[in-house]
Amino acid sequence: MAAKKLQIALYWGAACGGCDVAVLDTNEFILTVGEAADIRLWPIAADGKYQDIEAMADGELDLSLFNGAVRNSENEHIAKLLRRKSKLLVAFGSCAHLGGIPGLANLTSKEDIFATAYLGNASIEPGNRTVPHPKTQVNGHSLEIPAFYRRVYRLSDVVDVDYFVPGCPPEPSQIKNVLLAVVKGELPPKKSVVGASERTLCDDCARRKTEKKVKRFYRPWEIIQDPERCLLEQGIVCMGPATRSGCGVRCPNSNQGCRGCYGPAPGVVDHGAKFLSAISSIIDSKDPKEIDAILGTLPDFIGIAYRFGLPASILQRRHGA
Amino acid sequence: MSYEPKLVGFLCNWCSYTGADLAGTSRIQYPPNIRIIRVMCSARIDPSFILQSLGKGADGVLICGCHPGDCHYSEGNYKAMRRYPLLKRLLDAYGIEHERVRLEWVSASEGQRFADVVADMTERLRALGPCRVKTALATDQIER
Repeated sequence: MAAKKLQIALYWGAACGGCDVAVLDTNEFILTVGEAADIRLWPIAADGKYQDIEAMADGELDLSLFNGAVRNSENEHIAKLLRRKSKLLVAFGSCAHLGGIPGLANLTSKEDIFATAYLGNASIEPGNRTVPHPKTQVNGHSLEIPAFYRRVYRLSDVVDVDYFVPGCPPEPSQIKNVLLAVVKGELPPKKSVVGASERTLCDDCARRKTEKKVKRFYRPWEIIQDPERCLLEQGIVCMGPATRSGCGVRCPNSNQGCRGCYGPAPGVVDHGAKFLSAISSIIDSKDPKEIDAILGTLPDFIGIAYRFGLPASILQRRHGA
Repeated sequence: MSYEPKLVGFLCNWCSYTGADLAGTSRIQYPPNIRIIRVMCSARIDPSFILQSLGKGADGVLICGCHPGDCHYSEGNYKAMRRYPLLKRLLDAYGIEHERVRLEWVSASEGQRFADVVADMTERLRALGPCRVKTALATDQIER
């Protein structure tokens, strides 16, 4: 008897589709996956209905890769459904792992988002006050759409997650490694971050590093980067010191500072706080006024520090009124 | 029940903790609202310690180190000095009053000053009211 095919599902919550494209970017490898596995659900690339998943026995799926954050009740519903039906549930990509770019919405409120998108937008007909409601009556029929949550959650906030694959999106070579590890049953202990390194990005970055002392920070277009020298030493914001490696140092290799998509380095509790510590320490001044002025050249610090992980931070969202 | 501010104090071993100790041995009275954590240097205070304190129910955090130029490790307190303004900006962006976190230089001989700082900060926190982060995050897990 032929070996039983692996049963897998891929799903997107609040996501851009980039993680699904990254899976396709494994090129011919995805065809091998197609041969070795039955893809039971993959909204972006294959057919498969929610009812089909609901009809499965619990644990019938061997592996579910969930990308995207949890923004609405549909995301949570499918997360819980896939959890029940899967032996392994993997938070795939920055959004599922840490909240990702959608997680930056935690700096505003549901009310403000609705006001911008449905009421204040320039393309909206004047006087139109239509905003989505989970339940609507139309011609005597009741229509339901998913409820939009007050804030964004990581996958692990709503269900138990077995493994985390970081990246925005995860590197195709790392996706391959993870899938092969699943097939061979060579996975590390549960709750581990897989498809990444146990070091910081700086450890893997080939740029020349000397003493860091900066008098101002530069936006990318304000300076011609020296391709050999550490970007932070040039005053270019780079999340390398606080960030987990595993991406192949792609951004610094392209003269761009690391954005931190692989999430906090091992042992780091709060990615942004650790980065705050790192970037403050390179300021070349002992005068509080000058320090403040140098920090003034660093715009939107919270957006830099938690670009991919605000819901995973200690404070998780904006507080107060 | 009336509100009593919970204040966490991170004090450097060499100046500020000794200063607080002097306040004690000199029998100077100051509010019991502060919970002191001794660290070797103000540079040891990772910003995540402060966020964690607020996230776990502290109403304010006091960071104390040696006066500039007096650091036992010569430069440690300058690191704390550079982190502090950025941390205040971060707290503002989080919607948390940055007055909840304060950096003060207290030397080993400034027992009275330590007591005054704690008294002043306790009163300010009393006026600000409780920090709601802990309850808000707990509510988030129940009400989506």
